[in-house]
Amino acid sequence: MKHSLRGWLRSAPQFLIVVAVVAECVIFAVLSPSFLTVDNFVNVALQIAIYGILAVGMTLVIITGGIDLSVGSVVALAGVATASLMERLAGQPSVGVTLAIVLGIVLGLISGGFAGLMVTRLRVPPFIVTLALMTIERGLAFILTGGFSIGNLPRGFGFLGRGHLGAVPVPVLTMALVFAAGYLLLSKSRSGRYIYAIGGNEEASRLSGINTKTVVHGVYLLNGGLAGLAGITLASRLGAGVPNAGLQYELDVIAAVVVGGTSLMGGVGSVMGTFWGTVFIGILNNGLNLANVDPYTQKVALGVVILLAVLLDRMKE
Amino acid sequence: MSLLEMSGITKQFPGVLALDKAHLSVEAGECHALVGENGAGKSTLVKILSGAYRADSGLIMLDGETKQIDSPITARRLGITMIHQELNLLPELTVAENIFLGHEVVRGPLGWLDKRAMEKRSEQLLESLGQKLSARALIKKISLAQQQMVEIAKALSVKSKILVMDEPSSILTDRELHELFDLIGRLKRQNVAIIYISHRLEEIFKICERVTVMRDGRTIQTEVTGKLNQDQIIRLMVGREIEQFFPSQHSHPGEEILRLEAIEKAGKLRNIHLCLRKGEIVGLTGLVGAGRTELARVIFGADQPDSGRILLEGKPVSLRSPRQAIDLGIGLLTEDRKMQGLILNMMLRENTTLASLSRLVKRGFIDFSAEKSATKKFIRDLLIKTPSTEQKVRNLSGGTQQKVVLAKWLFTESKILIFDEPTRGIDVGAKAEIYQLMWKLVSQGIAILMISSELPEVLKMCERILVMHDGEITGELKREEADQEKIMALAMGLNHLARTS
Repeated sequence: MKHSLRGWLRSAPQFLIVVAVVAECVIFAVLSPSFLTVDNFVNVALQIAIYGILAVGMTLVIITGGIDLSVGSVVALAGVATASLMERLAGQPSVGVTLAIVLGIVLGLISGGFAGLMVTRLRVPPFIVTLALMTIERGLAFILTGGFSIGNLPRGFGFLGRGHLGAVPVPVLTMALVFAAGYLLLSKSRSGRYIYAIGGNEEASRLSGINTKTVVHGVYLLNGGLAGLAGITLASRLGAGVPNAGLQYELDVIAAVVVGGTSLMGGVGSVMGTFWGTVFIGILNNGLNLANVDPYTQKVALGVVILLAVLLDRMKE
Repeated sequence: MSLLEMSGITKQFPGVLALDKAHLSVEAGECHALVGENGAGKSTLVKILSGAYRADSGLIMLDGETKQIDSPITARRLGITMIHQELNLLPELTVAENIFLGHEVVRGPLGWLDKRAMEKRSEQLLESLGQKLSARALIKKISLAQQQMVEIAKALSVKSKILVMDEPSSILTDRELHELFDLIGRLKRQNVAIIYISHRLEEIFKICERVTVMRDGRTIQTEVTGKLNQDQIIRLMVGREIEQFFPSQHSHPGEEILRLEAIEKAGKLRNIHLCLRKGEIVGLTGLVGAGRTELARVIFGADQPDSGRILLEGKPVSLRSPRQAIDLGIGLLTEDRKMQGLILNMMLRENTTLASLSRLVKRGFIDFSAEKSATKKFIRDLLIKTPSTEQKVRNLSGGTQQKVVLAKWLFTESKILIFDEPTRGIDVGAKAEIYQLMWKLVSQGIAILMISSELPEVLKMCERILVMHDGEITGELKREEADQEKIMALAMGLNHLARTS
């Protein structure tokens, strides 16, 4: 019995998480009449959009065997820097919005690029580098705003976070595009294959002619850029640059990635798994809310679920 | 009655019979040499004695009593101490902390560490070895030779009846070697038995009363040292009879493809000259640590030499990374398949194409059907035993894994292949298949540099044999003139024996 379960888990890595998502949907549909509605699903999609964008980058980083704890702070820094630039260019809103969006993403790229540099060239453990960046960038976000939020943003900027294309909210669309691009990169492209190889065995990869430093550096860079994009989207949704936005997002994102079957040891994982992990945690939060579970109990439930997911993952080995 | 009597010791590792009814008998107060080629079973035998491994069968008797040695702790309690070949010191701790690791001196009801007592005792021990070394020095700050002496002091800090030394001399300078021999003399007078493993035969004649020769996991002979000379010992180590389970073939070397000139790498390689021709298998042999793998890594661009030239088809090239070497048509089948050759969690297909993935990219994406059909071709050509291209290489046998590594390099269309210990840990049948494949490759004009410690295989496969000792190529033998004794003599740095015999 145990053997067949193990074999089954191995052969269908994402089946389990999909079953879990369906199961929780059934449970919450019973517990709350408003759960199984189109409005609520759009709502869940909107809630997970920022996390989803971050989770794709984090998946790549974790598959290389690394980690990035700075993404939550990048979200804040990109948000306030964007808002602050638009405030300064209030006279020409259209120029301001464009430049600000570019600035937000560039800030993310700089952060990720710096982390990648430290990790690959100076061999500093990613945990330490990004822990330091997390603190530094959060501090910078507060310094930049003097601790206050920057509101009153140009009308056009709201599109990214609150606009719709047809019936679909723009952040959900952004998330979908990021997931699709992440999936193609990781599963279909040469770089994706290299990312798995490096996470599986860095020395063997190097001896197979892979430029491991460049690939890992690129992954951190990309992850930073996505964090910048998430930061702009969040600022747009909130209508303000908020210095404590994105607080502890890195932990929620890592949880979603791990629940989705990506191994913190590197070399194993998938963007599809992360998608389902993000959906699973999004629905869990939403369903517990609708079922009137108090927020403290929700935290306990979330922790238990993460532990269970990792235990199941261990059973595969 | 002997102090130690080991008999009928058998130990099976996956795919290898490491010990085959080996026996060893050691008297109190003697220094007993244990010699043999790489893989003869010396280290396995003493690891069983010291509790690091458990024998599958066999008997260990101490002072006439049968003992079960099931852990290093039991061995230590019985007075068996081992000085390991690899240094087992903790670099961030002090000399004294290392010497007393596991049997710290404590005092008072709370068991506080008595640092002063341990430091004093450590310095006494080191002084008896002629070492003026602070007990508070960090291990990482002292030289390798000093570390070896600390390792010896650590062994002396417990009372031993039997002291096993596995290659203690390989990193010692002459002065320290002298101190070591003095110490061995004193220990013998205290009636301690010493089992001394060494590749340096001249040492054995200096300090050992008796010598036991091992080969292929068996004890060949135990003899009083004075009754044998170096030549005879080498002959016993190598053995006369060699199994003939694969046919020898002659290759037809073409033009020169690779030439190394005066390659130097500090501490690893000295003045290496080498040339390799198309369609030829050249052997590179020597004892472990002679610099063979280091040389392979230089040719493959994984390490850079300090000086010297590498010429490929007559043109000087600079190889700064494996990628450059691969692009120039060089492939390396590493010694350690699992750690360096394969991504175990990836599929056979993914491993096969890893080094030349760019050939399979179409409009930015991997062409999976081309990848699959390429892999299938190699599964057919190399007779790779696998249920499908999607099998994780983790689940394949050692010989099959080696073929996957080979497939990877064939897919890069390498012109030069370096095989580092291609048949290590592979069963006899798979070995013969690997040999067949190598013959096929050279007949297609590929040049092969074959690094191997297994002399019969080198003698069968290679047109020319280069022997390394201590970072240098000490000799080149043609197949017709080569035999195991000449190779062993060169490998041990005894050039005169190779010339006279």
